[in-house]
Amino acid sequence: MCGIAGLIHRGKSTNVGGEMQNMLQSLKHRGPDSTGYALYGDGSSNNYILRFKVGENVKEGSSAQIEDPSVYEKRVAQVNSEIISAGATIVKEEKATPYSFRYVLKCDDDLLELAKKIESVEMTEILSLGKSLELVKDIGDASVVADQYGLNNFSGTHGIGHTRMATESGVDIRSAHPFWGYPFSDVSVVHNGQLTNYWNTRRKLEKLGMRFMSTCDSELIAVYLADKIRKGVDLNEAMHSSLNDLDGVFTYLVATKDKLGMAKDYMAAKPMVLYESDELVALASEEVAIRTLLPHEIDTHDPYEGEVKVWQA
Amino acid sequence: MASIKDHKSHELGLHQEVLTGRTQQVFFNPEEVENFYYYDSYDVDFNKRTTIDVTKLDCVAVNKKIKDLMKKGYGTIVLKNPGAKHSLGVGILNKLNLIIEGSLGYFGVGSIDGPVVRISGRVGWSCAENMMAGKVVIEKNAGSCFGAAIRGGDLICKGSVGARSGIDMKGGTIIVGGNAGAFTGFMMQRGRIIILGDVGPNLGDSLYDGTIFVGGKIGSLGADAVEAEMTDLDRFWLKRKLKVAEINKKVDYSKITKIVSGKKLWNYDNLEPTERKGAI
Repeated sequence: MCGIAGLIHRGKSTNVGGEMQNMLQSLKHRGPDSTGYALYGDGSSNNYILRFKVGENVKEGSSAQIEDPSVYEKRVAQVNSEIISAGATIVKEEKATPYSFRYVLKCDDDLLELAKKIESVEMTEILSLGKSLELVKDIGDASVVADQYGLNNFSGTHGIGHTRMATESGVDIRSAHPFWGYPFSDVSVVHNGQLTNYWNTRRKLEKLGMRFMSTCDSELIAVYLADKIRKGVDLNEAMHSSLNDLDGVFTYLVATKDKLGMAKDYMAAKPMVLYESDELVALASEEVAIRTLLPHEIDTHDPYEGEVKVWQA
Repeated sequence: MASIKDHKSHELGLHQEVLTGRTQQVFFNPEEVENFYYYDSYDVDFNKRTTIDVTKLDCVAVNKKIKDLMKKGYGTIVLKNPGAKHSLGVGILNKLNLIIEGSLGYFGVGSIDGPVVRISGRVGWSCAENMMAGKVVIEKNAGSCFGAAIRGGDLICKGSVGARSGIDMKGGTIIVGGNAGAFTGFMMQRGRIIILGDVGPNLGDSLYDGTIFVGGKIGSLGADAVEAEMTDLDRFWLKRKLKVAEINKKVDYSKITKIVSGKKLWNYDNLEPTERKGAI
């Protein structure tokens, strides 16, 4: 089933981490397996924030293995050396869990080369790399993940999130949402639905050099949009073409450093409730999530089939 | 125009087929009255009124409380602060005035048989699913699958509704003051839908029977949905129904399009294969 949520404050920063936690916790019944956040800070620094993992957290149905934590330290050392060899400087290192890390990096804008080097280390996956995006995902509900990664006081303008019910692949971090639009900084996607032309489209994108880290169909949307963006296609246009190129039933949210977008397939088979005001736009699979931000009567509606919308922070 | 009571249900658009076969309806025998017990049916007094604050209650507790109050004879119940919670007011098989001050989440007032429900806010997916009888009036918008599989009663949304409204509908009337999404009336089997605004693509897809009236633009017709001629009786019925439904919007009856089943899908077995293919 899965639950998705997003919000964007127009022209101001708030505790977007705490707000997203409340929204996602109210959608726990739609997806108890894992929770993910893509939160956007003010992006004023010239440095990049790198979120990556060097191992997996695993539950039912996953083909990934639980490893001895001692291997994580070796991999982190390798990652550090790859970052330096790519010409980047590590400004700050933080360890969120034994397998998950947050780095502040000083580097030039050739993110593809840097990303390739980091991910050349065994079992290492970049969750996000950008100036304002911080992508965190793990097994557990919204509160568990937010507490574990200290997201309760994250200040920013916007964010998207996901509560996952694993249907297409196992319960692990690599299949959890959101997905980063590799290798473009600050692009993330969450999705509710099923894509029926996953393998065909994936093969086409792989031939174009795009990278996949999971067999989760939702990752395809992030990679698809990343491919469009690298070809210079505007986000709105890329989302419109996704409605024709992706088969299945889906509603997805995409965020960039200053935008939040939503798209709904032509069958409108997956839910989305939308609230818009001059200060705030909030969307979720269910209105109860929006009510955690606005606990009074509000005017909401369901976007229609084939609808694409993009809002500016 | 003769009284509307003089017309049979098929003349009023509830269905086109004139049923001549053996009926499956079980007729009530007054001599066996003691053998008939309508589960969860209570004598209530509409003047006996009370309020439930839903803020700290879950749907099970609210629905139980409604039942307990009906048992005590309360005929008017007000739900305050529903907070878009799911499955509120379901399974009411009784006459009752239920007033909901706010919005409902998914599956609100589903499987009801008899109550009159007024909702001042919005409703989520599948409002009034499987409704048997009664009247539901929603002041704002509704989500998808509005009135899925209803068998009877009047379901009214003064705002706009999502996709697949009236899916699998088997009777009753759905009235929408605003627009409706894709696949409205999908696999509808009987009953009437009135949309005063625009409708999305695939209207009446795989429609078996029943009638859909549209006041605005139609995105496209679904498989086997065809346009039919509006009659004086249709206009007469629509006018009366919209008045009963408390829709105060000015309606230009000359611009209403009537959609019925073309009856060329596989379930109508007297067709040549080529005709069937054409319909799909």
